[in-house]
This record gives sequence, C-alpha cells and structure tokens, in this order.
Amino acid sequence: MAKRPIEPLFWTLFSGGGVISAFFVPVLLFLIALAFPLRWIAPPSYEALHNLVSLPLSRLFLFVVCSLPLFHWAHRFRYTLYDGLQIKHLSEFINVLCYGGAIVGTVVSAYLLWNFH
Amino acid sequence: MNVPVSRSAPPHTPYHPRWYRTRVSTYWWMLQWSYFRFVLRELTSLGVAYSCVILLCWIRALSRGPEAYEVLEKRLASPVVILLTVISLLLVLFHTITWFRLSADAMVVRVGGKRVPGVLISASNYVAWLVVSGILAWLLLR
Repeated sequence: MAKRPIEPLFWTLFSGGGVISAFFVPVLLFLIALAFPLRWIAPPSYEALHNLVSLPLSRLFLFVVCSLPLFHWAHRFRYTLYDGLQIKHLSEFINVLCYGGAIVGTVVSAYLLWNFH
Repeated sequence: MNVPVSRSAPPHTPYHPRWYRTRVSTYWWMLQWSYFRFVLRELTSLGVAYSCVILLCWIRALSRGPEAYEVLEKRLASPVVILLTVISLLLVLFHTITWFRLSADAMVVRVGGKRVPGVLISASNYVAWLVVSGILAWLLLR
C-alpha cells in the first residue's frame, strides 16, 4: 500500500494558522502585551477579563488562536532552518523540535482553557 | 537494475553521475534585499509563536487569580519583554501584510465568469482585518 503523505495535513494547518495569525494576533498582542501593561489604554478590570474568558465561546476561540498559529510557526520555521542555514540533514531533529513544540503548545492550551476557573 | 553480468564482461567502472552544485554561502539571504525580505517573512513565524506563548501565559494568569495577573502585568512591562513584544508585533504585522498580498495571488475568486482582481481581494482582506480587530478590541474593552 502506498504511504499516505502527511505533508498536506501540515500544509493545511500552516495555511489555517496563517489566516488566524494574520487576522487575530496583531490586535490581541498589542492590547494584552503592550497597551494594557503599559497603561496606554485604561485596562479592563481583572474581573471583566476573567468573565470574558470564562465564556465557552471565548475559550474555544482562544484555543484556536493559540494552537493553529503554533502549527503555522512549526511549518514555516522548519523550512527557514532548512533553507536559511542549509541544515536539511538535521531534518528529523528539526521536525521533532517544531511540530513537537506545536503539539505541546496545543495540549497546554487545551489543558489551561478546559480547566479555566 | 539487475543486469546479468556475463563472464566475458570487460573490466569497467560503474557510471556514477554527480550533480554539479556550487556551495552556497550560509549567509546567502543577506546578499540581496529580496532574499532578505523572503527570510524576514519566514521569520515572522517567530513573532507568531511568541504571541501564542504570551497568550498562554495570559490565560494561565487569569485562571490563577488577581495576584498572578498582577505579576504577569509587571513582567510584561519589563524592558526586555517590551522589546521582544515590539519586535514580535512588527513581525506579526509584516506577516499580516505579506499574507494578504499572498492570498490575492493564491485565491482565485470568480464573479460572473471573471476573475476578481488581486487588489480587490487584498483590500477586502484589510477591511475584514480592521473590522475583526475592532470587534476584538471592543469585546476586551467593553
């Protein structure tokens, strides 16, 4: 039997993650990691944010926003290492590092959001 | 290939074709602006990964309680983290721009048998991006 190539799956995750990163990540990073901590904008109260993230729909959204872009990173960074540094002979190590990292991140986000309280 | 060798075959060396490949410098991508931009576009993935990690820390702190959240806010306001965040934000924005430009080439949308020009697809992506960003900001700041 012919071996089923896994590449299309990774490419789909890459592409989906690319869309999610392009649309959602800039505003979230700007607000959460810059504007709120530096008080450029009056940040919402802890309770308000907590209530917002507690909603099942928010958690589902955050799960998608955390996990898919990680697979986007894994795919892109893998090829950057291959081509940029010309280290294709280390492919197995790089694959484990990149996709392993994405899988770990996905599991962590699922755990955090499932047990959010 | 298994070619039966007859005993009378004259002594010979098997033909080993070898590719002619010049060695490319490890720094090939620094030699030309377009190459550098390509690698920069690929490296935007690091900004994306950084954002995911920050988001996960944020969710964790929110889940742990107000004290943990305050600690996170302080860490996010430290100079090193601010620098990393600003670099990542620039990378992510570059990703958004290049992604929309790319999708204009990749997406073939036909209306009434005619292909919608790429500029329109990019433009509609930008509009959607602004709307989505506005909605997210409103939800967070409400």
